[in-house]
Amino acid sequence: MLKQIEGSRAVAEAVALCRPEVICAYPISPQTHIVEALGEMVKSKRLSPCEYINVESEFAAMSVSIGASAAGARAYTATASQGLLFMTEAVYNASGLGLPIVMTVANRAIGAPINIWNDHSDSLSQRDSGWMQLFAENNQEAVDLHIQAFRLAEELSMPIMVCMDGYILTHAFERVDIPAQEQVDAYLPLFEPRQVLDPSEPISIGAMVGPEAFMEVKYLAHAKQMQAIERIPQLAAEFRNTFGRDSGGLIRTYCTEDAETMIIAMGSVLGTIKDTVDEMRNEGHRIGVLSIISYRPFPLEQVKSALLHCKRFLVLEKSLAVGMGGIVATDVRMAVTGAGLKGYTAVAGLGGRPIFKSQLHQLFRQAERDELPPVTFLDLDWEAVNKQLAREKQTRRSGPVAENILHDKGIVSAKFG
Amino acid sequence: MFQIRVHGRGGQGVVTAAEMLSIAAFEEGSHAQAFPSFGSERTGAPVVAFCRISDREIRSREPIVEADAVIIQDPTLLHQVAVFAGLKPEGYVLVNSQHGIENLGLGEFATEHRAVRFCSLPATELGIRHIGRPIPNVPLLAGFAALSGIIKLESVVKAINARFRGQVAEGNIAAATEAYHLVKEVACSSR
Repeated sequence: MLKQIEGSRAVAEAVALCRPEVICAYPISPQTHIVEALGEMVKSKRLSPCEYINVESEFAAMSVSIGASAAGARAYTATASQGLLFMTEAVYNASGLGLPIVMTVANRAIGAPINIWNDHSDSLSQRDSGWMQLFAENNQEAVDLHIQAFRLAEELSMPIMVCMDGYILTHAFERVDIPAQEQVDAYLPLFEPRQVLDPSEPISIGAMVGPEAFMEVKYLAHAKQMQAIERIPQLAAEFRNTFGRDSGGLIRTYCTEDAETMIIAMGSVLGTIKDTVDEMRNEGHRIGVLSIISYRPFPLEQVKSALLHCKRFLVLEKSLAVGMGGIVATDVRMAVTGAGLKGYTAVAGLGGRPIFKSQLHQLFRQAERDELPPVTFLDLDWEAVNKQLAREKQTRRSGPVAENILHDKGIVSAKFG
Repeated sequence: MFQIRVHGRGGQGVVTAAEMLSIAAFEEGSHAQAFPSFGSERTGAPVVAFCRISDREIRSREPIVEADAVIIQDPTLLHQVAVFAGLKPEGYVLVNSQHGIENLGLGEFATEHRAVRFCSLPATELGIRHIGRPIPNVPLLAGFAALSGIIKLESVVKAINARFRGQVAEGNIAAATEAYHLVKEVACSSR
């Protein structure tokens, strides 16, 4: 049913349609509206049978999710930013134990400096945690990816993060088709656990594994994600058959036919990128877009074949590997090793810095003319940066960086309006 | 694509206004997208929310730079925030005030931007009278419907019913209806 609905509420509706049996989450912006809505649904028994467990922290939220999943329950949680970092040890345990938990990450920057706004630093920091990570381009896809995520997670018995841009998607009202319960039931079978803690048939889960078997267990986690490379497109195709629309998959391409320049990105910025590319195409630019939906597993082959025909690519990412450059760009470069393509990285939108079409027009044209350095920082205020660098050179007691930059920019405190 | 910015202060229902506007547009079969400038609000701080309306899917997520309309929920923002930034030459401006454009200190701006369609509406007073609270957002939405013709009053009423129940919904509908007729019949005839 078509609804004009907030992204968070749409995702809560989708999760409820997947019939989770245990939801355990600790509220953190910008994830809060999702778990609030689910809490209401459990309390009113609209979502039943389901237990919503209140806990004191994200660490507990993931730990309870692990316990619930190990006991054979379909388990769901959601978090963001510092919350994801706080649960990190348990995040690795969930995947190490092979428990198919689905978690929404309402992508948000990581402090310090404290910042509640969107970028991809949080889930990308868990790149190697063994969780799969799927990125939604809009709220319809966020809804659809959750339904696909439960199916994939449970088939492989591995956990998945469904990543949606905090505020930009979680707090956006837009048109979303919320599926019918029968459709979701037809697509998503009952959870049949591979392992279950059952008092009548006692087993243990979580053995200590020494050097003689640790590599094999870890390799099997990798093998699961390689299986996911096969299954994700199949599940997206099946989704299309059941629900009648394209959603999910490993990658998606746009205007690639004769593209000499390819723009690569993840998440909601793809909408702004596609509008920019449409305008540039109208002016005769040969430019196209590659959306990465599945960040983990990373579809090396698919990315390679999507790029082979182009001359150059630009990865626009909302993340920064400090001391190195791009995070997503590193994987993309790996995919096209030896192909002789020029590759550029643009770090953009950190901490919620808005990304404007006008900036993208300029950036993409610079890429076309091969005028970009290997790593660019979109909209970086060089004056403020250089002033601080000069200050540090001049005086030993240069003081806290964040406060200095705010002062130089004439900002009393973080802007809310 | 029609792009609207709503300027106001935390606590005035700025974000709710943009959301309800998107619901009203959706009710008319349009695509609509509403989002806040930032997710966190403090009471009294300047807040801006955005709404796009289109007959096609809306993909862009950039904050609204070129506005077809601005709704200003607190006139004290007129001289504090660049509320008219990027306003199109023939755009719409609706200000929550009992005063006309001249008395708001906008005479010069209005002279320089002759094609801009200005209107003021005592929305806070309408809120107090009909809802019992000084919340101007819903009367302003109805006023915007009257000023621009982009959405219908019935759609605003549908958005109210989607958001509120019982007496609050009734009060908001009464406020919206009066605001709509005020803008249609009185407030804009002076210009």
